[in-house]
Amino acid sequence: MEVPILKQGPYLIASIQDALTDADLIQLRDALVEKVGRLRARGVIVDVTALDVMDSFATGTLRDIADMIRLRGAKTVIVGIQPEVAFAMAHMGLSLEGVITSLDLEEGLSHLEHQVKTASR
Amino acid sequence: MDALQTLDALPASADSTSALLRELVAHLAQNRTQLREEWVRRITEAKLLTAMSRDEIFAEATSVYDSYVEALETRTLEALERYAQNLSERIIPRGVDTNEVVGIVLLLRDVLARSLFAKYHTDSALLARVLDAYEPAANSIAITVAVGFVRERERVIREQQEAIRELSTPVLQVRERLLILPIIGLIDPLRARQLTEQLLRAIRANRAKVVVIDITGVAAMDANVANHLVLTVESARLLGAIVIVTGLSPEIAQTLVNIGVDLGKMNTVGDLQGGIEEAERLLGYKVVPAGEGQIV
Repeated sequence: MEVPILKQGPYLIASIQDALTDADLIQLRDALVEKVGRLRARGVIVDVTALDVMDSFATGTLRDIADMIRLRGAKTVIVGIQPEVAFAMAHMGLSLEGVITSLDLEEGLSHLEHQVKTASR
Repeated sequence: MDALQTLDALPASADSTSALLRELVAHLAQNRTQLREEWVRRITEAKLLTAMSRDEIFAEATSVYDSYVEALETRTLEALERYAQNLSERIIPRGVDTNEVVGIVLLLRDVLARSLFAKYHTDSALLARVLDAYEPAANSIAITVAVGFVRERERVIREQQEAIRELSTPVLQVRERLLILPIIGLIDPLRARQLTEQLLRAIRANRAKVVVIDITGVAAMDANVANHLVLTVESARLLGAIVIVTGLSPEIAQTLVNIGVDLGKMNTVGDLQGGIEEAERLLGYKVVPAGEGQIV
């Protein structure tokens, strides 16, 4: 299943709607890394609200996305991790260190706004 | 409990046993008034059930006596079990102790055994057979009542534990997007799990950005619980909230260092006040005195 990537001002929003296979995740990563440069995006939000499981491959890919986007000159925020999923991830040691996480899409956007504002000052 | 459901598991042959028990029941029914009074006298003498008045003891004794005889007669313990539970529900709130309940049932057993002895002492062979029939039945009854009482008490204790748990884990919002979670008392793994669940849910519900967990009231925690605390901090971060832990005792600091926690992940401040001030700073609040206060 392909994940739709929406452009919202200077930000890209990838909203995951369903459980993803490893191949889908790779595809999402490649698409985001490519689009962020082509569309000159300042930030990327990956919304995982719909996921009720996060395995090590998914978290690993999310971290890769964040690192690659940073190298491409933009910021990444992961939003919408469910409380149970969060605890399960922490328990398995998959705590996404160094990746910014926010409660939901709204929070993620305001976080990016804030980052962009402080960076351009 | 299944083994106690029936009084049939008696050593003597079933027929003669039931005949003897019938005779016994008739004897107990006949001497009801006298034996009951004797029993109440001995309860008072032994200073049991001091929380109850004499009239109450007498009324309770009457019902227990009748249920006792009924259990011997019908040879089933179900009615007695129900009665024991009902009795326990009534007397536990009044502070009646386990030893008192067991004590009065054993006294009744003794009173009845004495009366059997008085009745049959001329024929020692018959007395032995009567006691053979009576003793196992009486013991099952005593066990049933005692177990019923203890069960009821355990149920009450479980309920209270549950209530204490729920009371003891408030998640409070002190400012927009700032929660505090004061933890007091012992944290066992179950309570730790509940705390985490409640906190994570509260973070979502209140859209919190900063959480101050105050553990001033926790004297010590074992490595498991300390690890759990670290996981809670990480989970909260995944939800986009920063956790500040305040009030770590020296023992807890040692535990955390001994389990090798990554201190880069733990935000700690000395006390709750400092924690709230740090949280306000993170949220961009600035608290300044607004001139003269109301209290001079």
